[in-house]
Amino acid sequence: MPLLQVTNLRTAFYTRHGIVRAVNDVSFSLERGETLGIVGESGSGKSVTCYSLMRLIPQPPGRIEGGTAMFDNVDLLKATPEQLGSIRGKRISMIFQDPMTSLNPYMRISEQIIEPLLIHEKISRADALKRAITALEEVGVPDAANRIRGYPHEFSGGMRQRVMIAMALITKPELLIADEPTTALDVTVQAQILDLVKKMQRELGMAVIWITHDLGVVAGFCQRVQVMYAGRIVERAPTEELFHHTAHPYTSALQKSIPALQAKGASLYTIPGMPPDLSRPIEGCPFVPRCEFAQEQCKQPVALKGISPDHDTACLRVQKNEIVLTTNAHE
Amino acid sequence: MSAEFPTVTQHAGEIEPGHSLWQDAWLRLRQNKLAVIGGIFVAILTIACFLSLLIAPHAYEKTHFALGATAPSAAHWLGTDILGRDMLARTLFGGCISLSVGLAATLVSVIIGVLYGAISGYIGGRLDVVMMRIVDIVYSLPFVVFVILILVVFGQHIILMFMAIGAVSWLDMARIVRAQVMSLKRQEFVEAAIALGLRRRRIILRHMIPNVLGIVAIYATLIVPSVMLLEAFLSFLGLGVQAPMSSWGTLLNDGRMSMEEYPWLLIFPSVFFSLTLFSLNFLGDGLRDALDVRASKD
Repeated sequence: MPLLQVTNLRTAFYTRHGIVRAVNDVSFSLERGETLGIVGESGSGKSVTCYSLMRLIPQPPGRIEGGTAMFDNVDLLKATPEQLGSIRGKRISMIFQDPMTSLNPYMRISEQIIEPLLIHEKISRADALKRAITALEEVGVPDAANRIRGYPHEFSGGMRQRVMIAMALITKPELLIADEPTTALDVTVQAQILDLVKKMQRELGMAVIWITHDLGVVAGFCQRVQVMYAGRIVERAPTEELFHHTAHPYTSALQKSIPALQAKGASLYTIPGMPPDLSRPIEGCPFVPRCEFAQEQCKQPVALKGISPDHDTACLRVQKNEIVLTTNAHE
Repeated sequence: MSAEFPTVTQHAGEIEPGHSLWQDAWLRLRQNKLAVIGGIFVAILTIACFLSLLIAPHAYEKTHFALGATAPSAAHWLGTDILGRDMLARTLFGGCISLSVGLAATLVSVIIGVLYGAISGYIGGRLDVVMMRIVDIVYSLPFVVFVILILVVFGQHIILMFMAIGAVSWLDMARIVRAQVMSLKRQEFVEAAIALGLRRRRIILRHMIPNVLGIVAIYATLIVPSVMLLEAFLSFLGLGVQAPMSSWGTLLNDGRMSMEEYPWLLIFPSVFFSLTLFSLNFLGDGLRDALDVRASKD
């Protein structure tokens, strides 16, 4: 049985400008210890998917309209506050995009790190502090025993993200949801944070959902990837497979726009057009207006379908074997 | 806590002991001379007022009809009033009442106002609407009518005046805290706290309230003088403190009636009162500047 089984998740926001359907019938599962990447551009619904699982969607205006998310026989979408209280921060933890704002500026780091321990475990303050110092050392904060008494504004962005990771992992969760935790950091720090999460994952054996818009991050880290577009999953495959046998025009366009994979001197490839307006109903494939392979038939509804045992695509023409997408992953 | 704080300069690689925003604010406050002088004045005056209860050579209520009103002298530094009571003792006793009213009302407004505002702002929705309408209703009662009502129902007592002032002094605080909390709760660290499994109660008490305390501290120092004025106003109307007790309000009222013959009866209480109000306002201004991290770039 998978650790997490999400079925037909639908989340919408009721705004003054209409109903924005941010997540549409998203289903996926995650095994224990597995690393799943969720890739997509801004507004593709990747963050809202995970916020829905953590029940962090502000209601109103947000509303989880349907689906189930079974985590060890508990439906996260219908869990009581008590059930959520014993899962969030204990069995599922989350790290966020911007380490500059995700720590309370008025609390010492020590107080913030021991908070999940004090809530979830029967532990004395002194023992909790000892574990917090060990946790900070593990995530590579130098001079942890002294630094722990500091305040967030005395830490750099990378250090704060390390603190966030220490905080999220101190209760040894079974699942870590990482919402673009490297986006706000500079490139060298990105690599360090990525290595750190890899190391912690090996040590704790936890499953990771890594949300990112950067295919490069996915390539080095995730076992499986699902690509989201307009609140839908458009392609899902093991990482290698996704790069070498791309089966959706959107994924291939994303790959082409990785700067490192383009010839020197060539102008940077960008996907033409804009993501669709999610407050309008979308018939058929949402990528049609930007797709170079789109035909009339693409405007009819299409479902995610397997083209090989663990490779799914939502492109009708790939499913019918009408087009073969070239990739430049080898160049 | 040691009196010497490390300087705020940044040394690359060197680790300083955790400097809270409060410590930084304290450093900045100490550089503001007016605020420091104001703080020291209020502190000395408070001590003097309460000490006078124990060691004053003249009791504030002791009358000397034979003496009557006399100008300041060696025996009575601030003179005596029409009934021959020592003005220094009366002024200092009045200070006790006035400062206590200010302090009590501030305590009430901080405790009730902060909790009320934080709960209303954080939970939001229907509860927020109900809680804020209650504030609006209490707010819209005319204060003097409210006090007269209380006095008519419960009789005249100094505790009742404290209660009446306390009952209205938390309203502004609740509104201010609510507005702050509403903007705070949308910040990422609140999401992070929820994701770590914290319950609402803990988030309000441990994350919301400490974050608004800066503004609360500033506002509280501004409540003290406004409440003292309110007390003076009530006493001036004859609704507050009753003779033989005195407050700065009643002293001003008595002094006003005989200011042409015995000006010192009006001058000394006014000087004390004004200086205290000035000091508290300077202290409040200083605190506002010190705690506003964005305004201070030193």
